[in-house]
Amino acid sequence: MLIKQAPDIRSSEITPKSVYLRRREFIQASAAALVAAGMGACVDRVEAQGGGLAKLPNVKKSPLSTTEAPSLYEHITSYNNFYEFAPGAGDGPKQNSKGFKARPWKIKIDGEVTKPGDYEIDDLIKQNALEERIYRLRCVEAWSFVIPWVGIPFADIINKVQPTSKAQFVEFTTAVDTGKFPMQRTDLLEWPYVEGLRLDEAKHPLTLLAVGLYGEVLPAQNGAPLRMVIPWKYGFKGAKSLARIRFVEKQPLNTWQKMARNEYGFYANVNPMVDHPRWTQARERRLPSFVANRATQMFNGYADQVQGLYAGMDLRKNF
Amino acid sequence: MKITVAKSLVFAAACIPAAALAYKFYRFYHGDFNALTANPGDYITDQTGTWTLAFLTISLCVTPLRRLTGWNPAIKFRRMLGLFAFFYVTLHLATWIVFVHYFEVKFMIEDVYKRPFITVGMAAFLILFSLALTSNRYALRTLGRRWQTLHRLVYVAAILGVIHFWWLVKADITLPRRWAVAVGLLLGFRLWWTFRSNRPTLART
Repeated sequence: MLIKQAPDIRSSEITPKSVYLRRREFIQASAAALVAAGMGACVDRVEAQGGGLAKLPNVKKSPLSTTEAPSLYEHITSYNNFYEFAPGAGDGPKQNSKGFKARPWKIKIDGEVTKPGDYEIDDLIKQNALEERIYRLRCVEAWSFVIPWVGIPFADIINKVQPTSKAQFVEFTTAVDTGKFPMQRTDLLEWPYVEGLRLDEAKHPLTLLAVGLYGEVLPAQNGAPLRMVIPWKYGFKGAKSLARIRFVEKQPLNTWQKMARNEYGFYANVNPMVDHPRWTQARERRLPSFVANRATQMFNGYADQVQGLYAGMDLRKNF
Repeated sequence: MKITVAKSLVFAAACIPAAALAYKFYRFYHGDFNALTANPGDYITDQTGTWTLAFLTISLCVTPLRRLTGWNPAIKFRRMLGLFAFFYVTLHLATWIVFVHYFEVKFMIEDVYKRPFITVGMAAFLILFSLALTSNRYALRTLGRRWQTLHRLVYVAAILGVIHFWWLVKADITLPRRWAVAVGLLLGFRLWWTFRSNRPTLART
C-alpha cells in the first residue's frame, strides 16, 4: 500500500525567494508607514500656525529658506532643550516658563567694537529689517525640525557696531535672572550659558539673530526675546534669551564644552562622519517621525554655502 | 482573597503602562500628534526603559517584604513581576532596533561595541533573557541548586540597568540617582540580612 505523506511544508507556504530577499525592505516599508503617519501632521502652511503671540510686522521672505515642510508650531514649542527652565529635551521648558516676561529686555553689544551700545529689544527690532528664514534645525541628540524663524541677519548687526581689528570671535551670553530662569538656582550647568562663533562664521549670511517664530515673537521656551540661529551647527550653538553679545580677541569657552570636553567642541558643525561618543550622528529623526531613518547631511545641508569657512581644517579634531 | 485572584489583579495592573502606550499610539495614529510628544520614538524608549527598572525594583522588593513581615505568599508574585520586567525590556530593546537603528545590523553591532551605556544595557538584557528562559518549573527542576545562583544575576541586571540610565543622561542625574538609591537599598538590605548575627532560620528562596 502506498502511503502518501504530505511534505512538512507545502509549497504554497514557502515564501517566494523574490519576496524573501526583500524582507528588510518590507519591514522598512511597514516602519515607513509609521513615519508617514507622523509626517502627515506637517503639511499645514506656515501662515496657518502660531501661538497667538504678538505678530511681527514687515517680515520679508528670504531666498535662503528651505522648501521643506516646516514642523508643527505645537512641536517646535513643546520639545525644547533649554536648561535654564528644565533639564533635558521635552516640554519642561514650556511648562516652567509660563509666567516669563520677555519685555522689557535690554541687550548689550560691546567688546572690540567702535560703536558699543545697549538696546531695548523692540528698538532693535524696529531699527533692523526682519526676514523669515525657514531653516533645518539639527540637535546634537540626533533629532531635527524645520523651523520658520523670523530674525535679523547677524551681519547687519556687525555692520552697525563695527568690530575693531582686534575682534576675532563673538561671545553670546544668556541672561542670568533666577526669578525668570528657575534652574539657575541649581548647579545643573555653569551659569550663565555662553556660546561663541568665529567672526567669519558670525558674519555669514545664514547666521541669524532670531526674534520670532511663525511670524510672531519668540515664545519663552524657544529663547525669547532673542537668540542665535546658526543652521549648519548643532542646536546648542544657538544661545537663547541673550543679555550680551561681546566681540572678543580670544576663542570663548562655550558652556557644553566646559561641561564635557570630550563630547562637545567649539565648532559643533553638523557632521555625519564625527559621532557623539554616546550615539551615532550618521542619521537623524525628523520629528515627529518615530525612526532615525534620514541620512544626516554634512553641515546640515548647508555645505555649499559654508564649507569654505573650514577649508583645510581637520573637522575630526575641531568637532 | 484567593492568591489566584490577587495574581490576576497584579497582572492586570502590570499591563497598564503598556496599554497606556498602546492607547497613545492609537490616538497618534488617528491624528492627535501630541499624544506621544514631539519625539514619539524617544518617548516610547524612555517609557519602556523606565518600566523595566520599575518592575526590576518591585521584584527585588519581594524578599525584603517577606523577611520583614513574614508574609510568605509574596513569593508567589515574584516570577510574574520578573517576567514583566522582561516584557518591558523586550519592548525597550525593540524600540532601539526599530526607532534608533531602523534594522541596520551593522549600526547595532557598532553601537554595542562602541558605546558603554549600550554595552551595559545589552548585558542587562541578556541576563534578563536567560532568567526568563529558565523561569519555568522544568528549568528549576533541571538546574537544581544552580538555578538560584543563576537567578541571583538579577542583582547584576538591576545594577547594570541603573548604570545604563546614568551614563545616558547629559546633565541631570536626578532620575538615575533615584533608581540607584532604590536598588542600592534593596541590595543593601540583602547584604545586611546575610551578615547580621543571630539571624533566625527562615526559608531561603
